[in-house]
Amino acid sequence: MPPVHSDAAETRQSDVIATVLARYRHDPVYLMQILREVQEELDWLSPSTLTAIAAGTRLPRARVEGVAGFYHFFHQRPLGRYRVLWSDNIIEQMAGSGDLMGRMCKKLWLKPGEVSPDQLVSVDTTSCTGMSDQGPAILVNALPVTHMTSERVDQVVALIRQKTPVSEWPADFFKVDDNIRRRDLLLGNQMAPGDALRAMTDPQSVLDAIKASGLRGRGGAGFSTGQKWDFCRNAVGSGENPQHYVVCNADEGEPGTFKDRVLLSSFADLVFEGMTVAAYVVGARKGFVYLRGEYRYLLGPLNAVLEKRRQSQLLGKSIQGRMGFDFDIEIHLGAGAYICGEETALLESLEGKRGVPRKRPPFPVTEGFLGQPTAVNNVETLAAAALIAAKGADWYKAVGTVKSAGTKLLSVSGDCQWPGIYEYPYGVTVAQVLADCGARNTQACQIAGASGLCVAPDEFGRRLAFEDIPTGGSFMVFDNSRDMFAVAHNFAHFFANESCGFCTPCRVGTSLLCNALDKIRDGHGGEYDINDIWRIIRTLRTASHCGLGQTAGNCVADSLQKFRPSFELRLNSRDFEPAFDLDQALSRMRDVTGRDDPGAHFHLDHRKSKQGIGTKLGDPA
Amino acid sequence: MSDTQETNCFFLDDEAIPFTPGQTIIQAALTAGKYIPHLCYHPEFKPHGSCKLCTVRIDSRTIATEDGQTIKIPGRAAASCTTPAQAGQHVESNIPELLDLRRTLIQMLLVEGNHFCPSCEKSGSCLLQGLAYALGVMNPHFPQYFSKREVDASHPDILLDLNRCILCELCIRASAEVDKKHVFSLSGRGHSKHLICNAESGKLGDTNFSATDKAANVCPVGVILHKRHGFETPYGQRRFDQNPINAHAEQYAPVKEQV
Amino acid sequence: MNAAAPAVKPKLLVATTSLAGCFGCHMSLLDIDERLLDLIDLVAFDRSPITDIKHCSPHCDVGIIEGGVCNAENVHVLHEFRKNCKILIAIGACAINGGLPAQRNSLDIGDILAAVYALPGRGVQVPNDPEIPLLLNAVHPLHEVVKIDYFLPGCPPSGDAIWKFLTDLLAGRTPSLGHGLIHYD
Ligand SMILES: Cc1cc2nc3c(=O)[nH]c(=O)nc-3n(C[C@H](O)[C@H](O)[C@H](O)COP(=O)(O)O)c2cc1C
Ligand code: SF4
Ligand code: SF4
Ligand code: SF4
Ligand code: FES
Repeated sequence: MPPVHSDAAETRQSDVIATVLARYRHDPVYLMQILREVQEELDWLSPSTLTAIAAGTRLPRARVEGVAGFYHFFHQRPLGRYRVLWSDNIIEQMAGSGDLMGRMCKKLWLKPGEVSPDQLVSVDTTSCTGMSDQGPAILVNALPVTHMTSERVDQVVALIRQKTPVSEWPADFFKVDDNIRRRDLLLGNQMAPGDALRAMTDPQSVLDAIKASGLRGRGGAGFSTGQKWDFCRNAVGSGENPQHYVVCNADEGEPGTFKDRVLLSSFADLVFEGMTVAAYVVGARKGFVYLRGEYRYLLGPLNAVLEKRRQSQLLGKSIQGRMGFDFDIEIHLGAGAYICGEETALLESLEGKRGVPRKRPPFPVTEGFLGQPTAVNNVETLAAAALIAAKGADWYKAVGTVKSAGTKLLSVSGDCQWPGIYEYPYGVTVAQVLADCGARNTQACQIAGASGLCVAPDEFGRRLAFEDIPTGGSFMVFDNSRDMFAVAHNFAHFFANESCGFCTPCRVGTSLLCNALDKIRDGHGGEYDINDIWRIIRTLRTASHCGLGQTAGNCVADSLQKFRPSFELRLNSRDFEPAFDLDQALSRMRDVTGRDDPGAHFHLDHRKSKQGIGTKLGDPA
Repeated sequence: MSDTQETNCFFLDDEAIPFTPGQTIIQAALTAGKYIPHLCYHPEFKPHGSCKLCTVRIDSRTIATEDGQTIKIPGRAAASCTTPAQAGQHVESNIPELLDLRRTLIQMLLVEGNHFCPSCEKSGSCLLQGLAYALGVMNPHFPQYFSKREVDASHPDILLDLNRCILCELCIRASAEVDKKHVFSLSGRGHSKHLICNAESGKLGDTNFSATDKAANVCPVGVILHKRHGFETPYGQRRFDQNPINAHAEQYAPVKEQV
Repeated sequence: MNAAAPAVKPKLLVATTSLAGCFGCHMSLLDIDERLLDLIDLVAFDRSPITDIKHCSPHCDVGIIEGGVCNAENVHVLHEFRKNCKILIAIGACAINGGLPAQRNSLDIGDILAAVYALPGRGVQVPNDPEIPLLLNAVHPLHEVVKIDYFLPGCPPSGDAIWKFLTDLLAGRTPSLGHGLIHYD
């Protein structure tokens, strides 16, 4: 809404803020939730709103503004009553999201990032929203609309023009399919809520079973879950009210990943049960699910499951009648920040701060949420832990490889017939997955997301397992028609958008890398730029503070090594090329003088190969 | 912390450096008079490790191959300001790879902001510049961003020229921890991360900031400047005209263990 | 400096120019004082404000350029230098990061000119004679336009710095300044 300065609007503003503040007991730890709920009511966070929230939480105003300024989904300027965000992942670009967004903008008389003059609508892009198996997808006021086509674009535009409230849009727009294609131990389980809890005898035996199962983290780093819980259990809480905490990492931001979405949609009980098992082992009374803002639509259903579990005595006081076993779970929503998947940034965000990774040590198991021992685990890890608690270590580790016990959920998307969720025993080959998902003429697979590994056909015999290719689950397929430069370009932009900006190498390096790739894309690149790219990648790897920066150059490095021609064919020379477009640099003067004579241009042949090769792949213009 | 045991030692570029438990590598090194480059570390504050100029390698190994050659396996890279010193650790700092890395980081900072030293009051006593000299940074190398940044002259005694901010957060830490005023904070993220002031107008003049605040006197570069005191020290007599930044490392030794 | 042997080594051909600079760096070059005589033993000047030769000879050894790139003519001159000089040196703050002239970069060049050429009652008349080189949207350092081989910072670099730099270079050493000579101001 435009900033209306009527008394009524002001009263409404202060009422909304007061209600939300009261709901969260004015607790600054809940700042993220407060900001989100206030924004959901008021459409944006105006300067006076921030001042009021600061006063209400007794935080310095600048801190509140700093938090509001960190997250993509908080806005400090009005963005209209309808806020449309197109998921910007390469997979969705390949599916035509760029053209569809262009169509939407044209129909709404808008440019991306702009708000319509009547303050009705804005359209922009955002990082992968976890819908690559059914994209292109958009978020409209935080609700996902999948399977976008030109028809659907036109329908959405019409609904916005008619000012139809989003709650009255056709339900099938918001349908999100699970697309489960292969089930194994986890997705095939027949457990009833509470089975794992009933099987537990005492914390030590459960811990022993988790250790014996060989379960390792499914969130990417692959740390032994048993060991993590053991550290946490043995750590001593601090202060007047020492506590232990369990946190479920449901930030799932790695491009091309959506398996946690499916687990939370259809296996929420199992995930919560896993959290309860973890709480039992480490001695936590409180657990949090850090749910990415993109999955806001799951908040209601998840809270409903939690409520049911409370009623069935699977949460709350004296769980299943066990004296002293008290545990409850709260869901915190993120607000659009990939970095908050990194566990220490997640904890900062959970505490109502900017999502900046902490220095380590200390590790979360000793000093986590509010400085207390905290076990942070991925959604899938927790679900697997529940299985193990119910069925035992031997049952679990009978599947998989020696070093990688059990199964892994893969989120398969891209150039294949059946994108979706595939659960495999660890050790499956890349080729097997490709065959099962109906991929043909595959040129490359990007495994483990943008920060992962780009695998060329001569490596398709490699195995998905901690000892060969470890993966958080993203599996993106690119066939022969795709331009691998565009893939690297897309990922580089993802990291620049998602860098938290804390440390120099990543804050500046990711953006320099984008600029260098933009330059090559625009046909102004030279061999000199490739050398610079290597230098930036080295700096990112060596000096970055956290995994984001350390891996941000991987995709570009991999494609430079394995798909070098896709870069070389775009280079304008084997040597040096100016850092900017010389002829373009005279554009303003041509405007103001009206000159267009030869002296008003640079007739250099550097503009000849504008397009390079194969730009068909949603190469952002 | 007391100085009971001096027996703990690690090795910095093969030289033994004593440390007291709890000290980080840089704190121990500076106390021992060995300079490690740094920008966001400050002797009076708890290190937070953002600039990464102090990056070192820890425990590199040399192994013999079957054909009698030796190869070096680089140890892990870490910010020496936040990494606790440990007995027996082998730390490398003054090696070509890391000098190169630091030059690159300096160059990144130089192009990120707008650093026109000839017109900067801090020139000659600026840590960024002084470190660039010591590392032999002859140019910014990368294309300049020429970012548009604010100059805030609203405060009666202080000028805020954000063109030169390197986001080291020292002013933020000083204002929060020492002055207890929280005048500064960060907003935005990634490349658009920037310093903000604690006022709805965003202006420093609308905060309770004072020229005697600790935060008014910690900026390592030319952002937080005292009005009417520019260019007071003649060229040739300024801090790094006299001595290079890496002379007298002890001056950067931690004054307190931690704030 | 100890004597190089001018009798056997052919003199190096040096060209210099000032683009968007203030000639301060050239002044500083003259500021090496009596060492100029030593320098003249080692080098001959080609295109330079010192000689008034208008274009570079095809086989210059060293090109020394002060000032950044602010207009179309600067670009052409810079290209001429790069084409004809084996070694190109950016000298001074402006050549290296745009310097003082680049402080206009936060403003739109069209707006600047509109303000400058606004005539009372007659609107805006920005000169559009083809003879006048057009300004670039922004001022750029040299290394963003051509490859630069060496950088000699300073505003201007001192005579001593220039002397050290050039003698290193002429003796075939990679120039290195060291404390006291490397300055950004
Ligand atoms: C940049 C970055 C993003 C991450 N994103 C996620 C994520 O979305 N989900 C997740 O479970 N782990 C993520 N991680 C890994 C977490 O830091 C942490 O290792 C994990 O949550 C631990 O759980 P696990 O042991 O069960 O895998 C991320 C790490 C980094 C460095
Ligand atoms: S590496 Fe990137 S994301 Fe991680 S702390 Fe540094 S700036 Fe933030
Ligand atoms: S802050 Fe330092 S580096 Fe930046 S312009 Fe001033 S003196 Fe130069
Ligand atoms: S103003 Fe100065 S002290 Fe504050 S963050 Fe910027 S550079 Fe650091
Ligand atoms: S001094 Fe260590 S990271 Fe800045």
